[in-house]
Amino acid sequence: MNDVRADLKNLKIGVYVCHCGKNIADVVDVKRVADFASKLPGVEVAREYLHMCDDVGQEMISKDIMELGINRVVVAACSPKVHELTFRDTLRKAGLNPYLLEMANIREQCSWVHRSDPDRATEKAIDLVKMAVAKARWLIPLETKAVEVTRSALVIGGGIAGIQAALDVADNGYQVYLVEKGPSLGGRMGQWSKVFPTMDCAACILTPKMVSAAQHPKIKLLTNSELIEASGSLGNFKVKIRKRPRYVDEEKCTACGLCAQKCPVRIPNEVDFGMSSRKAIYITSPNAVPLAYSIDGENCLYLKRGICRVCERVCEAKAIDFDQKEEVLELRVGSIIVAIGYDPFDPTPLEEYGFGRYKDVVTGPMLERMTDPMGPTGGAILRPSTGKPPRKVAFIQCVGSRDARFNLYCSRVCCMYAIKDSLIIKEQNPESDVYIFYMDIRAFGKGYEEFYLRSQEAGVKFIRGKVSSIREDPRTHELVLRYEDTLLGTALEDSFDLVVLSVGQVPRADTDAISKILGIPRSADGFLMEAHPKLRPNDAVVDGIYLAGSAQYPKDIPDAVAQASGAAARALIPLSMGQVYVEPISPLIEEDRCGGCGVCVKLCPYGALKLEEREDKRVAKVDEVLCKGCGTCSAACPSGAVRSRMFTEEQILSMISSAAG
Amino acid sequence: MIENRKGDWFEPRILGFLCNWCSYAAADLAGMSRMEYPPNIRCVRVMCSGRVEPSFVLEALREGYDGVLIAGCHPPSDCHYQSGNLKARRRYYLLRKLLRELGINPDRVRLEWASASEGQRFAEIVKDFTERLRRLGPSPLKVKRVGAE
Repeated sequence: MNDVRADLKNLKIGVYVCHCGKNIADVVDVKRVADFASKLPGVEVAREYLHMCDDVGQEMISKDIMELGINRVVVAACSPKVHELTFRDTLRKAGLNPYLLEMANIREQCSWVHRSDPDRATEKAIDLVKMAVAKARWLIPLETKAVEVTRSALVIGGGIAGIQAALDVADNGYQVYLVEKGPSLGGRMGQWSKVFPTMDCAACILTPKMVSAAQHPKIKLLTNSELIEASGSLGNFKVKIRKRPRYVDEEKCTACGLCAQKCPVRIPNEVDFGMSSRKAIYITSPNAVPLAYSIDGENCLYLKRGICRVCERVCEAKAIDFDQKEEVLELRVGSIIVAIGYDPFDPTPLEEYGFGRYKDVVTGPMLERMTDPMGPTGGAILRPSTGKPPRKVAFIQCVGSRDARFNLYCSRVCCMYAIKDSLIIKEQNPESDVYIFYMDIRAFGKGYEEFYLRSQEAGVKFIRGKVSSIREDPRTHELVLRYEDTLLGTALEDSFDLVVLSVGQVPRADTDAISKILGIPRSADGFLMEAHPKLRPNDAVVDGIYLAGSAQYPKDIPDAVAQASGAAARALIPLSMGQVYVEPISPLIEEDRCGGCGVCVKLCPYGALKLEEREDKRVAKVDEVLCKGCGTCSAACPSGAVRSRMFTEEQILSMISSAAG
Repeated sequence: MIENRKGDWFEPRILGFLCNWCSYAAADLAGMSRMEYPPNIRCVRVMCSGRVEPSFVLEALREGYDGVLIAGCHPPSDCHYQSGNLKARRRYYLLRKLLRELGINPDRVRLEWASASEGQRFAEIVKDFTERLRRLGPSPLKVKRVGAE
């Protein structure tokens, strides 16, 4: 194991410069780069080709390995994040150790960013190749290690995406821990009444799924629970889940509701976005799964001030249990699926629309709750100011979306839900007038365009233009909208008695916390970032962690379900393989150089290093399972004994000097 | 060797150390978004900014680079390795002191943070650093080397 020095004798380096179609070759003079490379010391052959990653390109490399005895390969092409694994595979198949490969990133970090200066871009590409060749000289053959996988998965979030992912993994026969922060499964979809474009009732299609997830022998459902810590890597994660007490025995509770009737505490109901109230002991919906009441510790009089206990007295099933304590569960899983969903955009900052000041300005999700028979109005769409059905309703699209002040992205659901709600309003009251103010109608899904036509046929009026302001007549609560009709090219005013702001999706409030706990980055829009925008939309940037639903980007239900099944399929790969191959990332420690000072031991963020007694001295020892390969120990070691295998001191120093001034 | 007294057509050479998870990804994103920045920088990928030994930076300056950029994940807690960025920052401040004592303008070394979504920021950093180094002129170490040749 102590053979950590590169073999500098008999170097035969092959350099392969890729055109990437025209992506590189249009800017960088690839021929000049290859010619230059062929003269570098140790380089046996340098070639350029249209697409190094295609069959012919890879064949070119493997032929050279087999026929010319090439023993170090430099590919100057795209980012190693795109094709390093591809070319490692090429080496492996040709019989060369896959770690004897180095890539020069002359696309993302050269041709794509220096288009207006081809000469200097070519000079830079030559330097990047020089550096890669310099590193290649010092590469060491390394071995991957097979590690047993913990054959279970963690799914975070009990909305439709989390439920689907959990069911798919569990149906394949693996244990799933489904963690939901709230007291019931269902997520956002559980708040909606009818869903587009089929107009079927959300509960009718969601509840059976919630029940199957809760009753599945392979799914352990953990409600009132959240992830608080995670460590480990692909195949073997260790996670800590905090389970808050429900104070109600799920098994005993019959959901009769007597407790809630008698509970004296009344607070705004978050399921109805504050349009109704609930008690401190409550159930989120009559379809809740598990079907059991839950006591909200923040608001319960007994838990806060030690008085009351009315619920306990009236409960015939004796289900109330104030002795329940918070638990922290430690679980081991092989894959993690993140399905934490989204929050609706809060339109309060758009002062011109007066949300929060004018009673009859509501959000799309609030209207949604009104259409629910279990909602605050029993299913009737009513003006909050008068409690009467509206005669003239306006929907304002793209509130908080496609707006440089807030979010640039399109939220992808608002056009369709506004169209759906316009149809419901027309159904409830055919006499009413419904206007939709839009920038573009995006009806891109299956059956969506037809649905859009249906609303036009029903008489919904579509006005292309943005509403600039709303003012309220304080007496009648009538709302006067000022807007531009861009098709007529004029500014107009019109009054309405209900205005619906079609707010989009934003990352859930705890996205930041989850991204930090799991070490997975977010994109500029705040959603969790995928490993590749086109080819790996289900994978987080960290191996073994997968994304489902709106946690990654705004999605409607069919897309969330499709991505959830995709994430489950990805998460099943390590579970069904049973073994994963771990990259040789941990450092090698040269014991004869190690002075046993322990600097590395103190610096390691994972506690992966410790000192071991030898006959005459102490030496550092690395735990390969705990090590994540950051290299902080190598940087700090005063005697150069701790060597990062893929980023050795010689490799980096030779890169520095190879292209210096 | 390219230099003149005014320094207005002097093109500095910059060496960058980018951490794999945030800053290297930011540089890739700048590429994917086709954001232009000056071609003065050559980057070395390391797994973590905590891997960057101060001696790497000194070596780069000695070899004739006019400036060195170290870029990692935003502190305090974006680091993929929990605290490598904080260790990089500690070393950076010590390194600046050392550079001052060696008579090298510490502004030739720059520590920056760019997350995987900040392609724009990465491009801005390179632009700004290139501009700054143009004004500082060629590294004194490089001038000596040229004189010695």
